[in-house]
Amino acid sequence: MWEEVECVGELDEIVGEFLVESYENLDAFDDDLLALERDPNATDRIASAFRTIHTIKGTCGFLGLGTLESVTHAGENLLTLVRDGDLDLGPDIATALLALSDAVRSMLGSVEATGTEGDADHSALVATLERLQHGAGGAVASAPAGDAPAAGAPPPVDAPPPVDAPPPHGTGGATALSAAPPPAPQAEPVPAAADVPAAGEPRGAAAADSSIRVDVGLLDQLMNLVGELVLARNQILQHTSTSTDAALVGSSQRLNLIATELQEGVMKTRMQPIGNVWGKFPRVVRDLTVALGKQCRVVMEGEDTELDKTIIEAIKDPLTHLVRNAVDHGVETAADRVAAGKPAEGTLTLRAFHEGGQVNIEIADDGAGIDPARVLAKAVERGLVRPDQATRLVEREILSLIFSPGFSTAARITNVSGRGVGMDVVKTNIERIGGTVDVASVPGSGTTFKVKIPLTLAIIPALVVTCGEERYAIPQASLLELVRLEGAQARQGIELISGAPVYRLRGNLLPLVHLNRELAVPDTADRDVVNIVVLQADAQPFGLVVDGVHDTQEIVVKPLGSQLKGIATYAGATILGDGRVSLILDVVGLAQRAHVVAEHRERALTAGLGSGGPDAGELETLLIVGVGADRRVAVPLSSVARLEKFPRSAVERAGQGEVVQYRDEILPLISLSSALGAYPDPSAEAARTFDVVVCAAPGGGSVGVVVDRIVDIVEERRRARGTGQARVVDRRVTDVVDLPALVAALETGVLAGALPVEVGV
Amino acid sequence: MSAPTARQYSTFSVDGLYFGVEALRVQEFIRYQQMTHVPLAPRDVAGLINLRGQIVTAIDLRSRLQLPPRADGRLPMNVVLRSDDGSVSLLVDEIGDVVDADDDSFEAPPETVGGVARDLILGAHKLPGRLLLVLDTDRAIAVTPA
Repeated sequence: MWEEVECVGELDEIVGEFLVESYENLDAFDDDLLALERDPNATDRIASAFRTIHTIKGTCGFLGLGTLESVTHAGENLLTLVRDGDLDLGPDIATALLALSDAVRSMLGSVEATGTEGDADHSALVATLERLQHGAGGAVASAPAGDAPAAGAPPPVDAPPPVDAPPPHGTGGATALSAAPPPAPQAEPVPAAADVPAAGEPRGAAAADSSIRVDVGLLDQLMNLVGELVLARNQILQHTSTSTDAALVGSSQRLNLIATELQEGVMKTRMQPIGNVWGKFPRVVRDLTVALGKQCRVVMEGEDTELDKTIIEAIKDPLTHLVRNAVDHGVETAADRVAAGKPAEGTLTLRAFHEGGQVNIEIADDGAGIDPARVLAKAVERGLVRPDQATRLVEREILSLIFSPGFSTAARITNVSGRGVGMDVVKTNIERIGGTVDVASVPGSGTTFKVKIPLTLAIIPALVVTCGEERYAIPQASLLELVRLEGAQARQGIELISGAPVYRLRGNLLPLVHLNRELAVPDTADRDVVNIVVLQADAQPFGLVVDGVHDTQEIVVKPLGSQLKGIATYAGATILGDGRVSLILDVVGLAQRAHVVAEHRERALTAGLGSGGPDAGELETLLIVGVGADRRVAVPLSSVARLEKFPRSAVERAGQGEVVQYRDEILPLISLSSALGAYPDPSAEAARTFDVVVCAAPGGGSVGVVVDRIVDIVEERRRARGTGQARVVDRRVTDVVDLPALVAALETGVLAGALPVEVGV
Repeated sequence: MSAPTARQYSTFSVDGLYFGVEALRVQEFIRYQQMTHVPLAPRDVAGLINLRGQIVTAIDLRSRLQLPPRADGRLPMNVVLRSDDGSVSLLVDEIGDVVDADDDSFEAPPETVGGVARDLILGAHKLPGRLLLVLDTDRAIAVTPA
């Protein structure tokens, strides 16, 4: 008894589910039996009844509930005969099976109350069930004498009414000559079932009542209605915001609160813990590790983090792929791990948590990490990047190449990879539901995939902007910040790089997209003010220039009709507070249309394949920096990754050189003035901060080139090669420096401490 | 012989032409609604309207039939049709009555009718005094993205 209680205690959750499910199934079982009594030929009913008892029996065996198992086992045997047509379901069998149902209910009630099956004696019921197997078998055996088996079904149904009680013992006695007095087995099970439930049934009802199953369609409908309500509320709030009627304002505020709570409540009904998806991962990992000869355990954190059901469905496949990928490509074999000084067993950590209205899911392995050089080599081999572009990519950009279509570093197609789901599909699927996926990796110690997804798809916060005469909603998930330029800033803040507008946002070049140009609507904007909505698509920030910025609102996403579905620029439509329809912009689609993402790479690729070199006369954007007291040097902007400012105090020494910590990396510094043999500008040296041009190092990683001043960014006609060493830029003679070549030449020099180095450009 | 089957048509006019669509396909007629313009949309899509919380795409039937645009200041009416893909509105000039027409008054468009009209018109009922052009609603609303 004690052991049993303990066991049940441990399996509390499983038992709870089993109880709820069994109560439901038993109700259906009773229904099935009653229907079968009316129509003994309803084979689907027999099958259903059989399944119920079979399931309960199986689970009881698993949970160690012996009595329940033996009782249901007897019932199952009887039902098998009925199902196979060896036995007809007469009232006697039905009664016994209903008694079985009651007995099972009473035992379940007892399990729920005390953790045991109770000590009611069910042997009589078992005996009846067993006797009926043989007894009724005889009855059928006698019936077919006259009728075909198929026709044998109706007689027992017709026959019983006149003789009601006698048939059981009549047939039973004829063949089995059971020792038990026939009426007793029939009388006993019923009271037994009736007595015990008195204590157990109310509790059984409690377990079943505390949760109900609801059709998902109904929940979807509720969600839609709540969406409508939220819209109606927004409209009312807009009207009452100017009202002076205190009572109206009061009740609309109350409506606001209730609608919000209702929205949250309904959303909760659709929430499921992410553990529902993760639950199968240990098994996936186990199978994989066995197949691959690896060892790996799964650690889960935050598995009760909840997500909307539709999102759970949508991320199931991408997450499974990431997990498989981590085990296949991330975790090394036990031997390799031990050789690397790591425990033989790898660890796959799944972590989920809420943050800022989004759910973060991290899938981290402690494997070998991703080798950026290998990724880059593969990307070059696959033609995803040009070799000369490759040197300019920073590590983050290199790692994100694994999400490109047509990329796979798996040397061979294993059972695991090559299943037609690439990382690009993972990324697409996650982005489709408004999420993002990012990868970070430390060679030797592991890779982490970070997935961010919205809590729900139906109602999202959005920023409302105007462009031309219409308003557009931008999902807040892709919003980074808002920038407003006024007056002189508005006229000069936007610069052009070969015709493409950019804005310098804290030293980084932000490509700009004019919404009115993308949407081909007339430009009505006020030239004195420029509103830039900084968005992120594909991890690439860009600025969307809009005519005006309104507030943020909770909007209900509604799909567009088939006539408009093909337009990638829109994610749907919504109804704003004033009842007008507004389009929801698809940030990724817009960025692609404006060639901010994806096409960028393609264009660079074709440019490289074309003439083999840029045409003379083509516009080139140059970064003008100051070296020494008055010397000016131009650097092609294409070789610049970023512009940064560091405090002097951030400089540290490593080996022979100076370094700063930058984005969790060590950035080696090269002084441009010493490299070019100029004296550093004393005023720049005295300043508390200094400017650094970050560019890609030839061996991977980045290098910071320290300049004395950042002067300007200008556009110039490109000259023929060879004469480009010095030219007149902005009416001043300016040296043009090939930064990658300079850095490459200095690379060894820095280590040897041999500065300065003369570099012919 | 049994009486010829009669069909019910909801009628409307576009640029002087008298059109009918099967009455069962029509969800409702409504007056002009404020519309949200959809940039980049196919030319025939006039915009989106808010029909009691439902977002409905409005298709300008004049544009669809390559007829001249409506005179300035004249507002179109909405004929809201049910479709497999939710509701779609056709912008028409004026709404007419529901008329009954016998099947035997129906005739396919003569060969001389060409262009878009041929694709979008199923045929005509020869009513006393005028022709009722039967619109192929499925085709009329099947505007493919530009």
